[in-house]
Amino acid sequence: MKNTVEIRWHGRGGQGAKTAALLLADVAFKTGKYVQGFPEYGPERMGAPITAYNRISDKKITVHSNIYEPDFVAVVDDTLLEAIDVTHGLSPEGGIVVNTQKSREEIVKQLRGYQGKIYTIDAREISEKALGKYFPNSPMLAAVVALSGVIEQEVFLNEMRASFEHKFAKKPEVIDGNMAALELTFEALK
Amino acid sequence: MAIRERLSGNEAVAYAIKQINPDVMPAFPITPSTEIPQYVANYIANGEIDTEFIHVESEHSSMSATLGASAAGARALTATSSCGLALMWEELYVAASDRLPIVLALVNRALTGPININADHSDSMGARDSGWIQIYAESNQEVYDNFLQAYPIAEHKDVRLPVMICQDGFITSHGVENIELVEDAPVKEFVGEYEPEHYLLNKKETMAIGPYAVSNYYMETKRAQRQAMLNAKQVILDVAAKFEQMTGRKYGFFEEYRMEDAEYAVVIIGSAAGTCKAAIDQIRENTGKKVGLVKIRVFRPFPEEELAQALKNVKAVAVLDRSEMFAGTSGPLGAEVRAALFGAKADVEVVNYFYGLGGRDITITDFEEIYGKLENIAKTHKINDMYSYIGLRSK
Repeated sequence: MKNTVEIRWHGRGGQGAKTAALLLADVAFKTGKYVQGFPEYGPERMGAPITAYNRISDKKITVHSNIYEPDFVAVVDDTLLEAIDVTHGLSPEGGIVVNTQKSREEIVKQLRGYQGKIYTIDAREISEKALGKYFPNSPMLAAVVALSGVIEQEVFLNEMRASFEHKFAKKPEVIDGNMAALELTFEALK
Repeated sequence: MAIRERLSGNEAVAYAIKQINPDVMPAFPITPSTEIPQYVANYIANGEIDTEFIHVESEHSSMSATLGASAAGARALTATSSCGLALMWEELYVAASDRLPIVLALVNRALTGPININADHSDSMGARDSGWIQIYAESNQEVYDNFLQAYPIAEHKDVRLPVMICQDGFITSHGVENIELVEDAPVKEFVGEYEPEHYLLNKKETMAIGPYAVSNYYMETKRAQRQAMLNAKQVILDVAAKFEQMTGRKYGFFEEYRMEDAEYAVVIIGSAAGTCKAAIDQIRENTGKKVGLVKIRVFRPFPEEELAQALKNVKAVAVLDRSEMFAGTSGPLGAEVRAALFGAKADVEVVNYFYGLGGRDITITDFEEIYGKLENIAKTHKINDMYSYIGLRSK
């Protein structure tokens, strides 16, 4: 019945959750999918909780509402777990990925008995290792792809390389770093 | 060959502007305006188009400068949103009465009080009596397609009216979706060159535009504007037919979705129509109930007779308004639909709902409830409230 995958992103203003949602829409589009990527706007300010969404489908998408029963959730900042019920409406058939430096056990405790898949990823460690700086987007994107299976990993990596080569044509050193961040994330979540 | 892309609604409109390469764009590109002037400024800075961008100090000035450029004989446009449109109020009426074929890219957002710039139709609905043609979109694809059709409608010699191309704030303006773009060459051919018949910079024909009109002239001017608005109906259909030849995408005054055998219909404007379509598919699949939708594309000129024809055989209609007007029986769309059905002596129950004010979300579940209510109204012939609010947290 369900032919649209729905994803909800939680982040804080300035962390790039909206950009990550748009990047996911971009790469899914390139694999031939119908996509939506959109933020939920409130008073925009750095550090405030923000929500962004993705719909990805093989069929044309007409729905224009927010997503209340997502298949997957991505949490860019683990301090949000105290402030927001991130698993609200989340399908037990789906899963959640949390960017954290805490242990998986600690995160599981904070997720109020959520029954679906729970992934944790240390995007800071991966990003600093791969890029020398903390940009959580690439690891989070790879983590959502690994969790949701919405795009095949091989296809995803090829599309991302093409996209980085286009985006960072003048900064080739960033291309390999970002690709390494994606691959390290897949490794870590195996 | 169509170009497959994924763009936000703002990007889609900016891309259409790039393809049209108009002469002059005055704009005041800060909130509540959108990224549209910023993207166009980028195209200009990169040398991709030679539109003259005029930085002005307010929306009052951006529409004034657009009027001036258009009166001089240029193809002119501007973009705004929310209170930015409100600050243009005086000039909106001037543009229409001076019969200037300006195009305005409007991103529909709430007018202040309380402060809010989320999706809401109060900005353009307030301007519905200004004499502008108003065309609304459900999706990024539609706002792009509508924008390409704007100048051929506005500049047609039987019309010569300004056109507002509207889309829902954030929902389509900032949301990325799949879109099919037309290549540059067919766009240029479709939109054509602007060759004004009368214009200020024509040395051979000295003239004044927009002088004081005493009572002896004012009323005739208004009647002439009404004639232009009436003429616009055929032109809008002709331009849509030509557009369909180019793209295969069909447009009219409104879209009828699964209305062939519908007993219960929703009438709505904008992005929520897409959510309603998904609800209709689900309801029909799960229950077999005959539900349908009429999505208004052209609000000015309003297609009264055509709409009454489309609705006359249903049992009950719910009209959904995304702006308040504090009238006793309805919102702005509700009033038009009631008048159209009354004029056609159609025996149809009509109820009006307000939804989505200030960006309040409307979901498939909300539409399922609305169709449920319509069924009940058709059965009992009882309407408890002429209008009510959807998704209100307190009564």
